[in-house]
Amino acid sequence: MSLEEPQDSDQDQPAVEGRSLGDELADLLGDHVLSREEHLNAPGFVIRPDEVQDVLFKLRDEAGFDHLSCVTAEERSNRYESIYHLKKYDDPTQEASVVVPTDKDNPVSQSAEPVYRTADWHEREAYDLVGINYEGHPDMRRILLPETWKGHPLSRDYEQDRPQVVPLREHANPLEDDHSGDGGDTMFLNIGPHHPATHGVLHLKTTLDGEQVADVESDIGYLHRCEEQMCQQSTYRHQIMPYPDRWDYISAGLLNEWAYARAAEDLADIEVPEYAQIIRTMGAELCRIAAHMLAVGTFALDVYGDFTAIFMYAIRDREKTQNILEDLTGQRLMFNYFRLGGVVWDLPEPRAEFFEKIRDFLDDLPEALEEYHDLISANEILQIRTVGTGVLPEDVAKSYGATGPVARGSGIDYDLRRDDPYGYYDKLDWDVAVEDGCDNYSRLLVRLREVEESAKIIEQCVDLLEDWPEEDRTIQSNVPRTLKPEDDTEVYRAVEGAKGELGIYIRSDGTDKPGRFKIRSPCFSNLQTLPEMSQGEYVPDLIASLGSLDIVLGEVDR
Amino acid sequence: MSSQDKKPFVTEDSNVLTDTRDARMSGQDNRFNSKLREAFGSSPFILTKFDKFMNWVRGSSMFMLQFGIACCSIEMMHTYAVKHDLDRFGAGVPRASPRQADVIIVPGTIVSKFAPRMKRVYDQMPEPKFVIGMGSCTISGGPFQEGYNVVKGAEEVIPVDIHVPGCPPRPEALVYGVAKLQERIANGESSPVTVKPYELEQFGDLSRDEIVDELAKEIDEDDLVMRYNWADSP
Ligand code: SF4
Repeated sequence: MSLEEPQDSDQDQPAVEGRSLGDELADLLGDHVLSREEHLNAPGFVIRPDEVQDVLFKLRDEAGFDHLSCVTAEERSNRYESIYHLKKYDDPTQEASVVVPTDKDNPVSQSAEPVYRTADWHEREAYDLVGINYEGHPDMRRILLPETWKGHPLSRDYEQDRPQVVPLREHANPLEDDHSGDGGDTMFLNIGPHHPATHGVLHLKTTLDGEQVADVESDIGYLHRCEEQMCQQSTYRHQIMPYPDRWDYISAGLLNEWAYARAAEDLADIEVPEYAQIIRTMGAELCRIAAHMLAVGTFALDVYGDFTAIFMYAIRDREKTQNILEDLTGQRLMFNYFRLGGVVWDLPEPRAEFFEKIRDFLDDLPEALEEYHDLISANEILQIRTVGTGVLPEDVAKSYGATGPVARGSGIDYDLRRDDPYGYYDKLDWDVAVEDGCDNYSRLLVRLREVEESAKIIEQCVDLLEDWPEEDRTIQSNVPRTLKPEDDTEVYRAVEGAKGELGIYIRSDGTDKPGRFKIRSPCFSNLQTLPEMSQGEYVPDLIASLGSLDIVLGEVDR
Repeated sequence: MSSQDKKPFVTEDSNVLTDTRDARMSGQDNRFNSKLREAFGSSPFILTKFDKFMNWVRGSSMFMLQFGIACCSIEMMHTYAVKHDLDRFGAGVPRASPRQADVIIVPGTIVSKFAPRMKRVYDQMPEPKFVIGMGSCTISGGPFQEGYNVVKGAEEVIPVDIHVPGCPPRPEALVYGVAKLQERIANGESSPVTVKPYELEQFGDLSRDEIVDELAKEIDEDDLVMRYNWADSP
């Protein structure tokens, strides 16, 4: 993608040959559009804060934008701004950004929650961190920071050194007095934040009727590490790259690094040599295998409740991929291997030995997968526990913006590697794993099948790398030492991470650090579907559903 | 079958004892010849101080709290699992409840919302208890030190006995850290508290200032709170 001249919001759009998507949408929206912007990935429409729902309904129902990928909020010098990044599940290359400026003194904007359910959490986050209020939102309160926090940390006048007081108190029991403690079957149960089944520091407030889940509410923010602030304080060229490793830390490092690399390379118009793309593709898929192995291992742990065979097998296979990745990158977990414009170093020498190692791993993989299928997916106990539980219908999944194996387990054929190709994926031969059972079992199967597909991709990459002409092994293109993308350029780019669509929005402000850096985490959206999946189910099925969502709190909270 | 045939299977234990001893002494089966036995010579008795004995026992059998926070917990899981197998060192039994644990490994970044909960978990562990800080985050906040929400190290909240540096530390490093801790416990050493930790206190006991006044509406007098003075964090 080439760098287009950024448009000032109040300038008119220059005449474009043919009808672009932007023009068509502008016609559709008519008077709603105050002015137009051009983001590198999509046309942007500036609209009035009290017409958000009208515009989004139109775009969803008449133009087919059924996927609200992300909501970015930021404070600019003279206004607050929420940007709704829309996509289509059928064709994610069709994108549109809806920009909603709001008043500096009284930032109130209409909520998009009635249009897209996923806006619920995204807008709460925007309120929490930036301080925009959304009118008509069902539950406007803080989501990541403690409820007594003062100030909005990503707003401009936030004082970071101000002391804060955080309470540790009993969580309010949502039951009415006449229901709690009367010997009835209704009770309130806290699961987490320190609990072996929550896969990290997640807190579930569960209301139970007997053993059935009447209501569940996720309380997140126990690992909110200010990732966006960290990236906004770092320079594009080198300082940001280590952070993506720490979002989804289940060995999915390279996949996350690619998200940043893709966004920043588009922003600064950097080419990546083909050779480096193949190395990236191979590394990323190794990461995917490692990540899915842990997902499968811990899922089995959640369902069977034992720390033995399956979990250990999964770790065994992870160790193998980690060894390969360590040879490649020098680290077991936090790789920091990608650079803008390529990768940091070439394949390890002797190359033949390295390829041999990967081949050995791939040769053993079918047998290992056979073992998993014997132990897990073909096991009657697991089937009883997972088939037909945690059902997430396709349309619900879409309105919550679910992506990745969660979406593909609900029959949504959506994979950015194929639908919005990057790297070397479009030149390789592989399939997207889709299951339409919509239940916990389907999500498990999708992951196991994806491991196979990843292995296919890796194998082809190894073949290519082996025969790659010696003189053409460029691992990095020429990238200036300091990157200063042009002022006010905006881009939102996503890649297929281990858990789904991992997107990054960057707005440059003319310096060597991003003006706004927003992370769209797939787990954040996926976790929102948990109440839909588990209401009316038994508690153990709630745990199984949570396991099948495969969240990682580093990415949920960021 | 008659009932007499159902007699439980009994081993002649005098035989077993003799056989085992013979095998051990003659060197054909070395499994039971521990270093300890060598040290004791033929005498079946040892003389030691009870304290010393207890310390040795404590260090040799540690129950770890199953406690995952962030990225480092992935490497911690690898340390427990195949290949690294922390259990070999008598420290690999993860307990899910703090009331059954001796050691807490703090594997990750501690943020403002989590610190009070971690303190609570730590308080629930029975004495004597030990803390291993895993990763740079528990030393200083690590890569997130400048974050508005990040506690600058585990020592701001609970006393830490051993720090294992790294981001994340390799499993080998964690194993080394655990072994060091065992050594210290066996020697009866404990760590001085170096930083004045953030305490959980009742809101009413906080000295009143602008911030406390502002929050008075939202927090009850007797709610437990943790007050973060970000500006004085080391
Ligand atoms: S020290 Fe590094 S790896 Fe460990 S929790 Fe902190 S950021 Fe993650």
